[in-house]
Amino acid sequence: MARKAMLIDITRCIGCGLCRDACKEQNGLPAGEETKLNANAYTVVQDYGHDVYVRRLCMHCEVPTCVSVCPVGAFTKTADGPVLYEESKCIGCRYCMQACPYQVPTYTWDQTEPRVRKCIFCHSRLAQGLPTACAEACPTGATIFGDREELIAEAQRRLREEPEKYVDHIYGLTEAGGSSVFFLSAIPFEQLGFPGNLPKHPLPLLTWNALSKIPDIVAVGGTALYGLWWIINRRDEVGRLHAKLKEMEDRKE
Amino acid sequence: MKKLLGQLTFWRAVLVMLLGLGLYATYVRFTQGLGAATNLSDQFPWGLWIGFDILCGVGLAAGGFTLCAIVYIFNIQAYKAVIRPAVLTAFLGYLLVIFALLYDLGRPERIWHAIVMWNPSSVMFEVAWCVMLYTTVLALEFSPILFEKLGWERPLRIVRAITVPLVIVGVLLSTLHQSSLGSLYLIVPEKLHPLWYSSLLPVFFFVSAIGAGCAMVIFESFMSSRAFKREIEMPQLAQLGRVLVVILMIYTVMKLQDLADRRAWVHVVTPTLEAMLYWAEMGLGVLLPMILLARPHVRRHPTGLFCSALLVVLGFVLNRMNVSITGMEAWARAGYFPSWMEIAVTMMIVALGITAFALAARHLPVFSPTAREEKTTMTESPHLAWAE
Ligand code: SF4
Ligand code: SF4
Repeated sequence: MARKAMLIDITRCIGCGLCRDACKEQNGLPAGEETKLNANAYTVVQDYGHDVYVRRLCMHCEVPTCVSVCPVGAFTKTADGPVLYEESKCIGCRYCMQACPYQVPTYTWDQTEPRVRKCIFCHSRLAQGLPTACAEACPTGATIFGDREELIAEAQRRLREEPEKYVDHIYGLTEAGGSSVFFLSAIPFEQLGFPGNLPKHPLPLLTWNALSKIPDIVAVGGTALYGLWWIINRRDEVGRLHAKLKEMEDRKE
Repeated sequence: MKKLLGQLTFWRAVLVMLLGLGLYATYVRFTQGLGAATNLSDQFPWGLWIGFDILCGVGLAAGGFTLCAIVYIFNIQAYKAVIRPAVLTAFLGYLLVIFALLYDLGRPERIWHAIVMWNPSSVMFEVAWCVMLYTTVLALEFSPILFEKLGWERPLRIVRAITVPLVIVGVLLSTLHQSSLGSLYLIVPEKLHPLWYSSLLPVFFFVSAIGAGCAMVIFESFMSSRAFKREIEMPQLAQLGRVLVVILMIYTVMKLQDLADRRAWVHVVTPTLEAMLYWAEMGLGVLLPMILLARPHVRRHPTGLFCSALLVVLGFVLNRMNVSITGMEAWARAGYFPSWMEIAVTMMIVALGITAFALAARHLPVFSPTAREEKTTMTESPHLAWAE
């Protein structure tokens, strides 16, 4: 299956909130007009004044931090793009929340059997060949759904054709290794609450550098420790043997 | 009633109070959820329980593997006198860490999932396995103390026979997960304050844990010598103080080098809350005790040694709190401060730990090996025996 993605053009968003409502309906979440992601809102629209509205949702990263950090593999990245969460595996360590560079996963804090909540890219709709509910609901085309490569080309086309309208950056193309949700904006992204200091490489590389040394540490460390023990204690043993031998000889005489 | 009150000494009263508050918080935590008991939020998902109970708990227990390595691998027999309390602390420490984890996990009843559901790319997965395995190793390393008390000769001989492999495995596991606790934060380069974020986090966590572990051994020996009115092992502890100086020096040099490499100096001298905490951590918790312990008369004086060790422990705790809480707050814009219930649970766990240590020290041959054992030590090859 071709990799799917969404392109969100902030300049076209009118802040109507229909995407949020469609998402709530699709996922059976209680209605509400939240402006912050929480367990009941997988996507929100934030008002930055002067008719600037910014959607928040999971970026469905190409090499997702959440997938890499979850100790029990409750997160998976599917071949067509979505990053899914399997509640029945989750032990609730919340490392995914701690580690996500976009502060996306949320938690049902008020429950005694809490779970992580976040956008799942309408995975079941995709399976039926449908676009995401939010893209379908958007009246202005601010959010569009499609094949990843085509949407990247579309974003590049917009930047090329109207360079005066946009800042020259497709947010989500390279951030932390890229994602499946892209943003275009007229205002620098850092001013709209997007993390501006993300490296270009996927974050899991950082921990992988450390983790991949483990076999070496075990092999080299184990041998070294055993060797050290052997060398150091050998001397003692030899010393004791000598003492014993001498004792025996003494007795013979 | 009066008689009952009479038995309640001051510390027992404190213990009962902490238990009461802790149990109430436990009740709220498990009947109403994490949200009701803690100040955690979507913006700040890890708080005191991870920062103190887990990160500090594991680190302060590092004396166990450090001393085991010194005695059994480097064959420096002088430290045998303090190895048992170190192993006991480590064992209790790990049990309490696992206990604390049950509070922090959203679904504690699924804690076993990590055994069957694998994700080797996760640092947390590695930590989980190391803690599981190392707790088992510690139980075995601790078991001779129990067997001796019970007079079980056979198991005692078996455990003694595998002491060295056990110690080697223990050292490896400790190295791995002491450093992995630092690796947990490698994934948040943009969130953790540059004073603390470094690709060397795993190494820093490892070295500082060794330091804190040694300091804890000094600290406990001192406290228990007062509590049980026994002779304090000054020569060995003073030696350990010297080891501590070396470790603190290595740590300092690495930290400075790292600051220079990352050009993070400006953060040290900009007057921010973070910089202040950094100074407190490095100045009071590392440099000051290093200078103090480097002076022989401080090192050889029980009070001087004790106070320096205490500074090291406090500095260590501050470092872990800085990495896990204060260093993350600016980015999260969440303003986290633990709720009283989080604090109550933590205090209860600390109190339980101290109580368990005191009980073990009183009823098991932790500090005062039995005469019978000294006999054993002389007939067996000394490097395989537990203590003399
Ligand atoms: S944005 Fe966060 S939650 Fe979504 S895929 Fe990326 S790391 Fe995972
Ligand atoms: S909270 Fe659940 S999904 Fe998130 S990292 Fe922990 S176990 Fe995985």
